[in-house]
Amino acid sequence: MRLEVIPHPSLSRRFLPPILALTATVFIASFLAMVAGGNPFAVLGLIIKGAVGSKFALLETLNRATPLIFTGLAVAVAFRAKLWNIGAEAQLYSGAIVAVLMGTGALAWSAPALIPAMIICSMSAGAMLLLIPTLLKTRLGVDEVVTTLLLNFIFLLLVSLLLEGPLKDPMGMGWPKSARLLAEARLPRIVDGLRLHWGFGIALIAAFVIWIVNIKTTFGYAMRAVGYNPEAARYAGMPVNLIMTQTALLSGGLAALAGFSEVAGLKGTLTLDLSPGFGYSGIIVAMLALLHPLGVVVAALFVAGVFVGADSMSRAAGVPTYLADIMLATALLLMVVAVLLTKFRIMRD
Amino acid sequence: MEILEIFLTASFWTAAIRIASPLILATMGELICERAGVLNLGIEGIMVAGAFVGWFGAYIGMGLWGGVLLAFVVGMFLGLLHASMTVSLGLSQHVVGLGITLLATSLTYYAYRVALPEVTSPPKIEAFQPISVAILAYIPILGPAMAEQTPLTYLAIATVLITSFVLYRTPLGLALRAVGENPSSVAAQGLSVLGLRIGAVVVGSGLMALGGAFLTLSAFDSFFFGMVNGRGWVCIALVVFGAWKPHKAFLGAILFAAFDAFQIRLQQSTIGADIPYQIFLMMPYFLSIAALVVMSRKAEVPAALMVPFYKGER
Repeated sequence: MRLEVIPHPSLSRRFLPPILALTATVFIASFLAMVAGGNPFAVLGLIIKGAVGSKFALLETLNRATPLIFTGLAVAVAFRAKLWNIGAEAQLYSGAIVAVLMGTGALAWSAPALIPAMIICSMSAGAMLLLIPTLLKTRLGVDEVVTTLLLNFIFLLLVSLLLEGPLKDPMGMGWPKSARLLAEARLPRIVDGLRLHWGFGIALIAAFVIWIVNIKTTFGYAMRAVGYNPEAARYAGMPVNLIMTQTALLSGGLAALAGFSEVAGLKGTLTLDLSPGFGYSGIIVAMLALLHPLGVVVAALFVAGVFVGADSMSRAAGVPTYLADIMLATALLLMVVAVLLTKFRIMRD
Repeated sequence: MEILEIFLTASFWTAAIRIASPLILATMGELICERAGVLNLGIEGIMVAGAFVGWFGAYIGMGLWGGVLLAFVVGMFLGLLHASMTVSLGLSQHVVGLGITLLATSLTYYAYRVALPEVTSPPKIEAFQPISVAILAYIPILGPAMAEQTPLTYLAIATVLITSFVLYRTPLGLALRAVGENPSSVAAQGLSVLGLRIGAVVVGSGLMALGGAFLTLSAFDSFFFGMVNGRGWVCIALVVFGAWKPHKAFLGAILFAAFDAFQIRLQQSTIGADIPYQIFLMMPYFLSIAALVVMSRKAEVPAALMVPFYKGER
């Protein structure tokens, strides 16, 4: 078999495969729900109801989407330049650590000064963390996939160490958690009385800014050129390694914002379970969004909805909540095939 | 010197080889994939699946070897899924590999919860027991430690010898290596590039699953969440460290495991008591990164690694 480019894909060619991919995902999930003894229609209904069925559910989904938008953007920016940053999880925690270091009383600043400072420092921490594997890649040719992945494990241990040592809350009754952030260091709610913090607003702004950078600036163009064909970019006189490094700083900074916003916006404290794999889910978000910054927002809402919905479905129907992870991994794999089919025809020899 | 004495005990090296065994199996699996030109990032998830399936096979009464076989088959099936997407369709090996890891891990956890809804503590099985192979004790240095291992460790060592033999001493191995260096030359000989690559990924993934199964059938006697804990990623580093050569990767795995066994003993020593245990647990990961950095300069990467092959293109 071989692939043949379709010169002018028709409308159905462009939209049918992704729709079929999502439909197939739902079918597979239904089948697995049945295996676990659930009624597939009831299970799917419960997931949708749990994700968007009430004001509480909807706000929960928006809150869950917030870190996913940040990590999704981080992955989208990096993958676009073919920088395989699988370390968003570690970068997230680096941002969270900085938020705790700065927000628990070290600085007696008012909120308008403190919060921007926390944002800048968190982003710097994440940027520095991704800078190391990127320099190892550009200078020494060390594969960044493995180094960024291994840093995730190292950072989780580091957080555990800090929470049992220097960052441990003296009032925490022995639980490994940090002290609570001061009121000045907390992100306010967007609307009084609604449980949705400004982290979500910052995430939307970030997505918009990245979109503008991508389409309107030379840097955005350079990032895409480096990802599309580094040899050609180098031949055209682009400083490929420098662009790669700048991309890394941006990507790491975005991922760190996820940690900052979870600590300063949602939780108010750092625990070891701050992120249930937001860094890894960010890869799914970015791929479902086809690496488009605005698509990341949509994909993050979808992924968050599946997670939140599956949590509440699991409590009601007794089907394990891991169904959500299966659905998303299946959607990811089917979607990459679907995107291929929108551009190519598979021919038999 | 308390620290140096650790290295001199036979039990230390016995532990090191036990720790190395799953890494050896999975590293050989990854090495076969990469020699054929396919980076398999599904390794972590395939190991998780292998760990569960192997244990589950034994738990439901298929016997220990039944579990091993089941893990191998499930690993090969996941490898086929990987290969059909990355080799046949030429999709991104990064994205598909990570997708397979996420899928295999979540399917495994789902299956565990569905199969054992009521359990609070993981049920145990009768795991493989060490068997004595007296003849191995005559090998210098590592011999005595190799003579008292479980059958799966011997299988792991045999895998290294077989992989090495097939890669360097058979026409199949020549074709496999060529397919990772210059696929067009293989196609010109009338051999199927896609077939060879798919075969390599399928068999390699089977070995990765065996590495996972070692954890539940030999090292421990039950399955629990997060038990693979990044070992798959360490194996990818070991392939680079071993310069894509089976015997070097094998030595790398032994060295890595010796270090791991050492840090465990150091934790329990008087010196280790004052240092937070997380520092010790971080060391293997730092060591993997260090190994990558040291070896990457002179690495002989297969030239066609991560390059999809499309028939008729040149």
